[in-house]
Order: sequence, then C-alpha cells, then structure tokens
Amino acid sequence: MAPLRFLRAKYREARLCLSAGRVTLPSPYEAADPPPGFRGLPSVDASRCIGCGGCASVCTPGLIAIDDDGPHARFTWSLARCIYCGRCAEVCPEEAVTMSPTFETATSDISALTMTVDVFMGSCSRCGRCYGTQTPLDPPHPRAHHQARVAAICDRYREAAS
Amino acid sequence: MRTPAAVLRGLFLRAFPKSLWVYHCNAGACNGCDIEVIDVLTPYYDAERFGIRLVGSPRHADVLLVSGPVTRQVLPHLVRLWEAVPEPKLVFAIGGCACGGGIWHDTYSVIGGADKVLPVNYYIPGCPPRPEAIVYGVALALGLVPQKVAARHLSDGFLEEYRRLNPTLPAEAP
Repeated sequence: MAPLRFLRAKYREARLCLSAGRVTLPSPYEAADPPPGFRGLPSVDASRCIGCGGCASVCTPGLIAIDDDGPHARFTWSLARCIYCGRCAEVCPEEAVTMSPTFETATSDISALTMTVDVFMGSCSRCGRCYGTQTPLDPPHPRAHHQARVAAICDRYREAAS
Repeated sequence: MRTPAAVLRGLFLRAFPKSLWVYHCNAGACNGCDIEVIDVLTPYYDAERFGIRLVGSPRHADVLLVSGPVTRQVLPHLVRLWEAVPEPKLVFAIGGCACGGGIWHDTYSVIGGADKVLPVNYYIPGCPPRPEAIVYGVALALGLVPQKVAARHLSDGFLEEYRRLNPTLPAEAP
C-alpha cells in the first residue's frame, strides 16, 4: 500500500499547489499602484520654493547641493542615493517638496536621477549672492526685494554697516 | 555580405535568448535590499519568467548584483568577484547605497556606491527598492519596458523675468 499512499500524497500536493491559480502580478508591464502614503521620488514645485535650504539641511544622505553664487539659487538633487525618508517634504515651510508615488526609477544612466531646481532670489547689490534673511522662516519673503525693486544688501554687509 | 561568424552569432543569439543568471553580492548592505531581491523570486513577482536565476558561483553568472555601499573591508573581494564573472557581464546596483553611497556616501569606512569601483550598467534606486521596482529594472535591462525617469530641470520662471529687468546680464549667466 506504500506506493498508493505516496501517489495520494503527491496528488494532494499537486492539488494544493494548483488550487492557488495564477498569482503572478503584471508588474513590469503595468505600473503597480503603491499603497497610500507611499513615499517615492521627491518632486519640487519650483514656484513655491523660497530657497530657504531647509530640505538640504535635514536631508539624511545629504544629496541636495545648493549653489547660490548669483541672482538665483540652484538646488541640485542627486536622487540616486535618496532613501525616501520624506524629511525634506516634512520640513518644507511652503510645502513645495512632495513625495510622489513614483518608484520605477531604474535607469542605465545615473544622470537621469538628478533634478535641478532654479529659484530666483533677491541678490545682494554688493556681493551678488542670494539674499537671505536671518533665519529661513523670517519675513520678508526673499522675493519681496525683487518685486519692490529696492536695492538689497545681504546680512553680512548690513552687519558691517551697522 | 555577412561573415559566417556573424551568421553563427545571430543564430546563437536567437537560439539562446537573454536569460541572465545573477550572482548576488552584499557589499555591506543592511539586508533590506537582499530581502527584496528574495521577494522578486517569489511567485508574485516571479523574475524567473524572464530567465533570471540566482546562482551560487560568480563563474556561472552573467550579472553581478551589488547591494549596499562598498565598504573598505569588502572592496578587494568585490573586485575579485567581478573579475571572476565571465565576459560579457553586467553589473546591477540595487538600492540607494549601491547607486550612490546612500547615507554612508561620506563615511570613513565606505568607498561609496558600486559605481566608484565597478562599471555599473543598471541602477535600481530605492531604500529598499520595492520588488516591483527591481522587476522593472530587470525588465529594463532585458529591453521589455521603456525607461521612465529622466533628468529634470525645474525653474520658477523668475530668472527670465530677472533677465528682462537686467538686460546687461550676459545671456549664459547663471
């Protein structure tokens, strides 16, 4: 009776395995929807950014480089090493940074994962660098200078003058 | 006129379609990416339908799958592994650490991402990447899906206005 028992066991096993049907997801061909609240590639609304640099100071992998030598600040995001912690979106006072649900970011070219954000800032009339307030959250809005077209000097020169 | 070698090569490529055998190397990862790689081999994501298979020796492999930042300790072994993989070979970097060093990109004991050491062909970022993202990366390598990310340049439009107000500014100024 041993062979019969063996065959019956095999039959049960096969039925168990086949009863699940096809479970493979259509994943690479159709974009899968991530669960709600999933943090994917960060995206920036440049028109809301005030250039405070809060995202760069809290970024865990330190992937946001700021170049502010000139009338506008350029934020270069090297997203290859992003860990999607979402701290940039959390800290952004203007909610310019949001975590998009994009996760299919595989690429053969690492430069496809860079994002540059150009934000116009008022620039100091003496040194030409971007104008900043004492703390990033202080009024006036950095762009107020540009809109009012008043000569602005940065804190360094203001302190030297006072 | 095609040479016999070229004809033979074409026949060979048709007879043996791209089925990548993968040797997985943890170069200092936290195991998060490794667990996701195992997920990809389950029936739900089933990378084996593309011919992907994990092998136990780099000499059997076509692809070296690197996860984690390359630590100083593992560097010579990683280079030996890469040399052991027969040509033609591919290197996949899985996870934010292997792609660019992750949060350890400037740590004393870490060389950086896998691309600092090896010629990486495909980057699959994520911390860890979702299994779908890894399957997508594999399908991208096999040419089954188009690439979805591109370098982004965002601007708030104020620069153009600034140039309009300051016409003396050279056109290519930052």
